[in-house]
Amino acid sequence: MSDSGSVLRKTALNATHRALKAKMVDFGGWDMPVEYSGLIAEHMAVRTGVGLFDVSHMGDIQLRGPGSLDAVQKLLMNDASKLQVGQAHYSAMLTPEGTFVDDVVLHKLSENDYLIVINAGTREKDVQWVRKTIGMMPSVHINDFSDMYTQLAIQGPKAIDVLRKLTDVDLDAIKNYWFTWGKVCGLYNVLVARTGYTGEDGFEIYVPSDEATSARVWNEVMEAGKEFGILPCGLGARNTLRLESAMALYGHEISDTINVFEAGLGRYCKLEKEADFVGKQALLAVQAAGGPKRKLVGLETIDRGIARDGYPVLTLDGKEIGVVTSGSPSPFLKKNIAMAYVPVELSAVDTELAVQVRSTMVKSKVVPLPFYKKPKKTT
Amino acid sequence: MAYPTEYRYTKEHEWIAADGRIGITDYAQSTLGDIVFVELPAVGAELKAGESFGTVESVKAVSDLYSPVNGKVLEVNEALNSAPESVNADANATWMIKAEFDASQLESLLTAEAYEKFISEETGH
Repeated sequence: MSDSGSVLRKTALNATHRALKAKMVDFGGWDMPVEYSGLIAEHMAVRTGVGLFDVSHMGDIQLRGPGSLDAVQKLLMNDASKLQVGQAHYSAMLTPEGTFVDDVVLHKLSENDYLIVINAGTREKDVQWVRKTIGMMPSVHINDFSDMYTQLAIQGPKAIDVLRKLTDVDLDAIKNYWFTWGKVCGLYNVLVARTGYTGEDGFEIYVPSDEATSARVWNEVMEAGKEFGILPCGLGARNTLRLESAMALYGHEISDTINVFEAGLGRYCKLEKEADFVGKQALLAVQAAGGPKRKLVGLETIDRGIARDGYPVLTLDGKEIGVVTSGSPSPFLKKNIAMAYVPVELSAVDTELAVQVRSTMVKSKVVPLPFYKKPKKTT
Repeated sequence: MAYPTEYRYTKEHEWIAADGRIGITDYAQSTLGDIVFVELPAVGAELKAGESFGTVESVKAVSDLYSPVNGKVLEVNEALNSAPESVNADANATWMIKAEFDASQLESLLTAEAYEKFISEETGH
């Protein structure tokens, strides 16, 4: 695929993926598995059992030192002062225009010590952005340790049962978006977070990125998961899982031309916090002007046809009014779903619109987001 | 999976049988992944060699179907509307359309052996 001569980056598990005969793709400059046994089977394993993902391509930036909270508050839109040690939350780095540099998950490792998990495709840009934005604060050490860890995501309702066999950590005590450290697969001080990008319960663990350790942990998780039908899962299933759960993907639902309110992520943006974070003034102005003009909505096709990324959205009489940001058949819901930007006045649930699928207008309707919500625990 | 020697093949990864059945190759289905939608022309539609007569969609991608020959659509495999996944299960046996065509056109298409050589070159294996 890549004739550019540029060398693709590899995670420590590259040989493991190839031995499993995964289909590999160039994902933001990374040679990553897109599927192993099949996208639908992998997707369903996560919804009904458990799946294992290599997400080591994600970046990790640590901010530590007495000025780190101030730095984080300036850099990110959510209110980090509300985080307790051992807690994480969704947040984003914004441009001065209130649009997205990247979305992130912020972890408070200890007082004056934060971990920002960033996207693979934007790693270099993000690291530069962080350095530029908080560069004037000598009381903060910025540490890019993206390559030091293999990050594994164990996702699905049975993820907890699999990980329980491999750790002495009290997993039940970790609430959603909290984390702790413990012994996993014989390794000490492994960060175990109850986070993920699938809309399902699950954990992400961070182990040293040498090949031998990474492969050993991967294999031990697969072995422990055997009785639960665990499947290795690729980026294909990761994308359909996050789409069903209406989680944003950089370059699709969010980008440097889309602001926080348009993306519907205002609940993670704390304009009331004291710090004048990058993007705040622009967003206050958007708010003062009556809010955004376009909005991210969920679409479900009524006619036969699959809406895909970049397809135009039209009114039923054929006027182009928006664009699909992500679209795919939904393996779990067995419908064709999409997220799209449309004008606010056409964003109400049940509004009928059309998606132009090549030469055909496919009738669709606005539906509530997310498309899928995990069932509430019955225990 | 072996490529039947009684079929002829295109570089766009279609196969055609002497009786006019047209499908996609096992290599094509495996590259596409789980197939969820096949869009086919109406019976009677004209077919032009090298031009698109429909589309096949997997969860993650859309791909055009190219006609190996000039001709006309005689029959459409309606079963693919409800069971598109049968293409993944057995691409060699799952035809999409049946064409009426001049059989002399088969000569210029790839044999099974030539097709296998072509995909091994394309994938670099």
